[in-house]
This record gives sequence, C-alpha cells and structure tokens, in this order.
Amino acid sequence: MAAGWIRRDYSLTGREGRLAQEKGLATAQWYACPIPRKRIKELMQRRDGPAIRDTLIWIAWFAVTGGLAWYLWGGWWSAPFFAAYGVLYGSSTDSRWHECGHGTAFRTRWLNDAIYQIACFMILREPTVWRWSHARHHTDTIIVGRDPEIAAQRPPNIRGLLLNLFAIGSSATAIRKLLLHTVGRLDPEEATYIPETERPRVYRVARIWVAIFAAVAASCLYLGTILPAMFIGLPTFYGGWLTIVFGLTQHAGLAEDVLDHRLNSRTVYMNPVLRFLYWNMNYHIEHHMFPMVPYHALPSLHEALKADMPPAINGLWHAYREIIPALLRQVRDPGYCLTRTLPAPAKLATDTA
Amino acid sequence: MSGRWIEVCRVDEIDAEDVIRFDHGGRTFCVYRSAADAYYATDGLCTHEGFHLAEGLVIGHIIECPKHNGRFDYRTGEAKGAPACIHLRTYPVKVEAGKVFIDLG
Repeated sequence: MAAGWIRRDYSLTGREGRLAQEKGLATAQWYACPIPRKRIKELMQRRDGPAIRDTLIWIAWFAVTGGLAWYLWGGWWSAPFFAAYGVLYGSSTDSRWHECGHGTAFRTRWLNDAIYQIACFMILREPTVWRWSHARHHTDTIIVGRDPEIAAQRPPNIRGLLLNLFAIGSSATAIRKLLLHTVGRLDPEEATYIPETERPRVYRVARIWVAIFAAVAASCLYLGTILPAMFIGLPTFYGGWLTIVFGLTQHAGLAEDVLDHRLNSRTVYMNPVLRFLYWNMNYHIEHHMFPMVPYHALPSLHEALKADMPPAINGLWHAYREIIPALLRQVRDPGYCLTRTLPAPAKLATDTA
Repeated sequence: MSGRWIEVCRVDEIDAEDVIRFDHGGRTFCVYRSAADAYYATDGLCTHEGFHLAEGLVIGHIIECPKHNGRFDYRTGEAKGAPACIHLRTYPVKVEAGKVFIDLG
C-alpha cells in the first residue's frame, strides 16, 4: 500500500463525516449541466404507461421462468429457469426498488409504493431504511463519512466484492440489521439518517419480513423440500450477481469528495435487454444530476446533456476494462482514482425561465 | 391582512401548473400558479435538506423537491410524506393590475 496514505473512515459516525461537514462537502451545492427549465420540466413529467408495460412484461417473465423451473424441478433442466428467475428476483429488483423509491417510475403514487415494497423484500433491502439511506446517497454522493452507499471503498475489499456476486456479504449485513430491527433497535449509523418518526415503521416491516421468512422455512420443513425457498428468499443470493455487476459501474474507481457527478459517476451504454433489467440506471450521471427524471426519460436526458458530459462508456465490457484495473491498483494505492476530462463549460441554449 | 406586500412578477411570468423562485431580503420563496390560475407562495427551500423547490415539478397541487422527491401541498404547505416530514411555511398572495404580490408579514 502507498506510503503515507491514511486509511479513511467510511463510517457515518466517525471523523471523516465531521470533516466533510467542515469542508462544506455535506448537503452541498452540486454542479448541474445547463438545461432549459421547459425541457427539464418535460423530462420530469410522470407517466404510468411505460412502467405498467414494463412491469407486466416483468411479471410475465417471472411466471414463465418460475413456472418452468417448478415444472422441471428435480431435474437439471430446471437450473436455467431458476437462474433466470433468480436474476429477475435478486437483480432486476435493484432498479425497481430504486426507481419506485424515487417516486418517478409511475405517475400513480400507490403503484410506486406497491412495487417499491415488493422489490425491497426480494432484494432484502428494508424499505424505510433504504429510502433514507438513498436520500443521503443523493445528497452526499461518494462523500466519505456521509454516503452510506459507497460500494467500493478504498482500499477495495476484492474478496468482499466477489462474495457479493452471491449477495453474501451484503445479505449477512442486511440480515443482522433486520434482526436488530425486529427487537426495536437501529444500527448507530442508521440512526444518523432515519428520523425518530420513521423508526416504528422500520421495526414493523422487519417483523413482517421475519414472519414471512419463518413461514417459508416452515413450509420447507413441512414439505420436506427446499422448493419454497427456491422461489422466496434464496433467489436473493443465487440471482443477485447482476446487481453487483451493474452496481459497480455506477461509481467504482472514480473520485471521492467531489461536488460534480460527472467526476464520481459513470454512464455506460447498454443493450435493450440490460436496460430493461436495469431500468436505464446505466445513465447514472444523468440520474444523479436530475434524480426526478423518470427512468424512461433518461435516454432523452442523456441526449440533452451529453455535450456537457464526459464521453459515455461504450458497454459493460469497456466499463470493466477500466474498473477492474482501477480497483486492483487502489488495493496498493488507495489514493488513486480514475479521472475524467470535462468539456469546456456549456452555454445554456435557450430560455432559463 | 395588513402585511408587507412585495411585488414578485407579472402574472404571465409563471406558467400554469408551475413555480418560480423569488429571492428577497436574503430569503428565497416559491410562487406557484395552479392549473386554475390561482397563485400561492411558500418558503423556497425544502424542509428536508434545503434544496430549491423551484427546480422541482408541480403536479396538481403538489410541489416535488428535485433532489429527494419530498412532496408538499403548496396551498397549505403540508408535507405529504418521507423524506419531507416538516411542513412548509406559506404566505398570502394577491394579484393586482396583472402583477403577483406576496405578503411577507
């Protein structure tokens, strides 16, 4: 490891959090690419149509893959269908909880809330906790000591990241916190961003979830098969790999403690299948800069802003060609990060009304 | 209502179902025009983390914070759910001679 480098404190209750506040990095003003008010208003408009269409397709794929996996259970032919079901359950839900948590996927509020609750359960992210955690992530993106969602801290824990391909580390933490919540307590870090008024809701949902998991376990014992858990619970693990494959592209290897999402976030072009699974979160700089733009409008937002953006990365392969070497280098040299060349300041094309 | 009426803008400077930012005396406010051409005013910063609400979206009688989706009824200032938990302060508004005024008390 590079000499002279002092290990940073990523906890939300430590010295770095206080330092970030002193330096003006907490709840700060971030750079936003210029875009006319009229255009951003158009892009922020809510619609039910795209998300209802995508959700019906999503449910249909659950039915097809789950139905065939169940029908073929007992033979190896069920494996590919469970693999597909698992990705829907343990990975595609990452973007569903996220978009519905922002309240932007659907125009109808209860649809956002319903899909949010279901997707949170599938990916084992407690809904109230993650609503508040994610609000902080957007306020203080990759600000050390403030952001609770820094996936690749420095020096990176390569073994931990690999284990998270099967949601092992992340789920162990999630289960520990879930059990803590069932007895009416919060983790000290969670207490820094979840208000008192929201805490009873955390405890209530944790108890409901534990009851559901207990019912699944009991049905496995009663039936003498793990089949129920293959549909509810286990897919979070065996189907979670795409969550981390997508998730690391968002910020890994990029700068910390900067107030410009173009320097700490990554936009990656992806094919339509991946964008369906990921609900366009590959346009991640755009999402962070204007988080109230629904997922279905992010390609248009990307077009509107791209003259003022660093070039987008052309696909997952190219993204990992820069991420993997950067993370490996950060193991030895935690001060290293990928840098971005920014375009010259753009001029606002039309109105600013 | 014997307040301190401050001129904000001409009525046509706010689109229907939209909001503008108005800064005065070191403070920031939001002035809204509803789809039915009624005008309202609130404090300009979200009570959650202080982002400018005028950059957000007006949907019906709701203003959504552009950062975290904090939602408020701009007629009453009522916070409509997490992460906005504290109500917004509202201000009286009047329209005279084609101009919008707010009463800062």
